Amino acid sequence: MFPRPIEKASPAWQYTYQGLLPLALIMWLLPLLAVAMFSMKPDADFTSGNYWTLPSYFAGFENYSTVFGTWQRTLDGCADNAWPLAFNNDAFCIFRFGWDYDGSDMVRYMFNSIMITIPTVIGVVALSSMTGFALGIYKFRSNLLIFFMFVAGNFVPFQILMVPVRDLTLDMGLYNTKTGLVLFHIAFQTGFATLFMRNFIRALPFELVEAARVEGIAEWRIYWFVVLPLLKPALAAMAVLIFTFIWNDFFWAVVLTQGAESQPVTAGITSFNAQYRAAYHLMSAGSIVAALPPVMMFFLMQKHFIAGLTLGAVK
Amino acid sequence: MSDVSGRITPRAQRGWYKRNEIALTPWLFLLPGVLFFAVYVVFPILQSFNISFYKWDGLGEAEYIGLKNYTDLMGDRNFEISLWNNLRWLILYLLAIPAGLMIALFLNQTVTGIRLYKSLFFFPFVISQVVVGLVFSWFYLPDSGLLDSFLQWLGFDGLNVLGNPNYATYGIIAAGLWPQTAYCMILYLTGLNAVDPEQVEAARLDGAKGWRMLWYVIIPQLKPATFIAFVVTIIGALRSFDLISIMTNGGPFGSTRVLSFYMFEKALSEYGFRMGYGAAIAVVLFLIMLLFIAYFLWSMYREERGR
Repeated sequence: MFPRPIEKASPAWQYTYQGLLPLALIMWLLPLLAVAMFSMKPDADFTSGNYWTLPSYFAGFENYSTVFGTWQRTLDGCADNAWPLAFNNDAFCIFRFGWDYDGSDMVRYMFNSIMITIPTVIGVVALSSMTGFALGIYKFRSNLLIFFMFVAGNFVPFQILMVPVRDLTLDMGLYNTKTGLVLFHIAFQTGFATLFMRNFIRALPFELVEAARVEGIAEWRIYWFVVLPLLKPALAAMAVLIFTFIWNDFFWAVVLTQGAESQPVTAGITSFNAQYRAAYHLMSAGSIVAALPPVMMFFLMQKHFIAGLTLGAVK
Repeated sequence: MSDVSGRITPRAQRGWYKRNEIALTPWLFLLPGVLFFAVYVVFPILQSFNISFYKWDGLGEAEYIGLKNYTDLMGDRNFEISLWNNLRWLILYLLAIPAGLMIALFLNQTVTGIRLYKSLFFFPFVISQVVVGLVFSWFYLPDSGLLDSFLQWLGFDGLNVLGNPNYATYGIIAAGLWPQTAYCMILYLTGLNAVDPEQVEAARLDGAKGWRMLWYVIIPQLKPATFIAFVVTIIGALRSFDLISIMTNGGPFGSTRVLSFYMFEKALSEYGFRMGYGAAIAVVLFLIMLLFIAYFLWSMYREERGR
């Protein structure tokens, strides 16, 4: 092990190390801790210039409830609700159950982010498990070429796609809709996801497929019953990664959407910024809310997340 | 499975699909993915090349003007600034690699609670760049920001980092290095985990330690991690857009523009819809990226052949 394990060092150095750890962590996360503290300070602290003192009183609840707005049960607001989950005229609806909602647009942005991220993850998992299967199991002449097309496409700068993709989305009548954004994200992330799935499938024991073929099992059944069950850990790792990438996307949200009815939270927070200019307590509460879902995803699925990110870092 | 009939039917009598199943299946499985990817990624690249030869506002008729967009770029002072800033991003962003390695070495121990420390150190990477940008723009606030408060406490003058054309780009790069270092750290932590302990012990018996050990024994074994760190850092540097847009919006006086941001500004903002000119900038950025992409693919290709 390198560096030399700390247990073999002198006790003095061991204690120093134990003390250094939290100190280094606080330094490292200082900007974030500052924002967390901001979100608990009352507005008055900022107007009086006390940015970096402890909160004069704990205002966390009022700040976060301003961000989340007020909610009231309603029945008629969701009468014409076509989708299981929707925002209808400022009412949040689950089937016919609804809550009248009054407050900042932050909640709508969060809702949009969820409705963009989840379908994208499902779409990418579906497409890339298939492309990965095709490229990982079968040997045909253009295999490597198609694989490299996916890999290369995944690295291109977004700007080279921007004008045509925006045009295409406009032509399909999907500009400023969540669907337009979802379709593009699925297509683009399939590049990365194919790289991921194909390499994982390559590492599976090929004898399984051969044994299934000897049994005369149809190829699509091999996909569904033999390969797919083995892909579960890889799909989980990929799903959390894609979730984070899409949740955090800003560029495409700005290019393909505008306004609270379809913008995700990353783009929305900038309008929120304009709405609450220099209201640091609300902005920081909003930022923390916006950052929370990927952070929770990371902590819940840490093993998968890191396995996904470090794919290929070890031979 | 009950597909017994397939085995007893003579080969010639089976359906055409059944006879060619192994050759056809991959194409059927590839079809949806390749179709999506072609429509949204491959064709748009070609279209962008095409648009870059036109003068087009995105709505009306496009007018073919040949290479004029490119010759205009030559004389465009803002393009030049963007290009230089891209170079700054590329070079300085690479600092994330040694910084990530250092933190990984610091954390590669087995004391109690170290797992939690590792995840918390990784934290900045999980947060969206938009939030990172907001956080850092408060950190840099003139007078009231944490940085200025600290400088004033030390007795220095305050530093309006994002308001000063000479520092603003470096301020943004520093903000970008924060999550990028976290990413490189996690790559190296994984790499360090796989370092062969016998080689380390053998080197120790030969008297190697400290820097020499790191340089001659550890870093060569971390090569795959370094390669990936290099790839993601280069891509990240050339993709920088979110932070610039949030922290300075290209300013002050356009001094923090990079190609990706300048392209967006030209093609889609209050400065007018110059799609053709924007596409030309995108093509330049794409060609720069292509150098790296070609190198990455070549490395991958060699590895594929080596299997």
